[in-house]
Amino acid sequence: MVEWIEACGADDVDEEDVIRFDHAGKVFAIYRSPDDRYYATDGLCTHEQISLADGLVMDDIIECPKHNGRFNYKTGEAKGAPVCVNLRTYAVKLENGAVFIEV
Amino acid sequence: MARHFVIVGAGECGARAAMALREQGFDGDVTLVGGETHLPYERPPLSKHGMLAEVFAAKTIATAERLAEANVGFRGGVQVAAIDRGGKRLLTADGTALPYDKLLLATGASPRRLPGVEGERIFYLRTLEDAQRLRGELLPGRRLAIVGGGFIGLELAASARARGAEVTLIEALPRLLSRAVPEAIAAQIQARHELAGVKLVFGDGIAGVTSDANSATVALNSGRRVEADLVLVGIGAVPNISLAAEAELEIDNGIAVDRHLATSDADIFAAGDCCSFPLKIYGGRRVRLESWRNAQDQGSLAACNMLGANEAISTVPWFWSDQYELGLQIAGLSDEGASIVRRDLGNGASILFHISADGRLVAASGIGVGNAVAKDIRLAEMLIAKQARPMQASLADADVKLKSLLAA
Ligand SMILES: Cc1cc2nc3c(=O)[nH]c(=O)nc-3n(C[C@H](O)[C@H](O)[C@H](O)COP(=O)(O)OP(=O)(O)OC[C@H]3O[C@@H](n4cnc5c(N)ncnc54)[C@H](O)[C@@H]3O)c2cc1C
Ligand code: FES
Repeated sequence: MVEWIEACGADDVDEEDVIRFDHAGKVFAIYRSPDDRYYATDGLCTHEQISLADGLVMDDIIECPKHNGRFNYKTGEAKGAPVCVNLRTYAVKLENGAVFIEV
Repeated sequence: MARHFVIVGAGECGARAAMALREQGFDGDVTLVGGETHLPYERPPLSKHGMLAEVFAAKTIATAERLAEANVGFRGGVQVAAIDRGGKRLLTADGTALPYDKLLLATGASPRRLPGVEGERIFYLRTLEDAQRLRGELLPGRRLAIVGGGFIGLELAASARARGAEVTLIEALPRLLSRAVPEAIAAQIQARHELAGVKLVFGDGIAGVTSDANSATVALNSGRRVEADLVLVGIGAVPNISLAAEAELEIDNGIAVDRHLATSDADIFAAGDCCSFPLKIYGGRRVRLESWRNAQDQGSLAACNMLGANEAISTVPWFWSDQYELGLQIAGLSDEGASIVRRDLGNGASILFHISADGRLVAASGIGVGNAVAKDIRLAEMLIAKQARPMQASLADADVKLKSLLAA
């Protein structure tokens, strides 16, 4: 079943940054892009299960904090070694200053 | 266009190079020859969570399917015995000849041996077999003596404690990681090991090691003796250069390559742990790195340059280590620094910025729980690559975002 979950406040994420969101035993990562849009992906790297929210966001890319695996957080695409499995992405909407993701 | 590219060594670097050749669109033959029988696998877990996992499993870098899909001819368990440069072919240990048009040596490194110390109770750690053997020994109450307070020894000490073994670690110098990290970080690491119950011995050299089938005794220069059930020697690694040396390629603390990773023979490249190369950001200083990311980066770069890209090495050295819950990351070469600026990130995490005599940021060493320092070390790495001279007050102030310094 698809449902919209409130993940965080819009101001909880800095521009060009990411935070972690835990829900129902799953880890998500919520991003705010340099052009002030919000995105959501699975929160754990597909190389080892490391929380991506400790990683660096630059433009469209989230870099894993552990071994610098890179993903495009808008599409979930893995950008090369050591990561080869894409991240799942989730639809995002903003309502009343809060970020909701569709899980 | 040359048609048959051969890579010797199927570790992190060789495997990456093979895949990168295909990613770059090379449509000739690619043969990846590995002395080990396994598919290419990752070494870093061998001393870390690989030792702790309930079931020991190698982390494969490239599965058989991926190699087949990329049409990479993988020849595992084949040791290359010689390079016939005149005939442009390799001779394998089983006597077959393998012609090449371009060759990449990604032969890696091997543990430095303690001269004259051998026996069933003496262990080294580099390969999957080494790790499997060791793992079976690290049981509650078992006494492990570790020779060498470098990264392998320390990571293994942490894993061994987690498995309940008793650990004594012997370091010849007065402190841990003398060449790798500043004193403050070494002290933090030392305190963590002491908390875990590792017995540390400093400033004492090894006079000799005697062992029989069941136990070993490490005799120290001071006269002290450490009794153990097994001994792990972790005193560094030496590059695997014999193939290159016998083929009369230039050697200089590793297979000497230029900034394009070419050896003294233009058709032969070398990359990863086995080579020494000039680093432009440090005035062309020649270094050899034993680092996982370097092996990957150079594998990719070697592939591009085998295809004629002529791209120069531009990366900043980067290394990480995990011990207990602590994550350590180092970007750059800290010995280029003349002074240190410290930034505290809270929760025991900190970054030490190494500044050269002329004010340039040349390295950053960070330690903290988990990945607390990762983001800032990554940004520091970019600042180092830009040869930036950030204000020291800004570096010290955790409220100043490093990203803002990058834009400056
Ligand atoms: C236990 C351990 C933990 C580590 N932890 C970290 C870490 O936390 N962080 C980090 O940055 N780095 C770490 N490293 C270092 C990292 O693993 C190496 O830098 C990396 O593996 C180097 O890759 P390479 O391909 O150059 O060499 P290797 O991985 O050594 O691969 C070389 C391969 O070439 C083969 N070979 C050699 N000669 C021949 C021949 N004549 N014919 C055929 N095959 C040959 C060898 O058998 C070997 O399989 C660790 C290393 C070890 C051993
Ligand atoms: S855990 Fe993310 S790159 Fe390794």
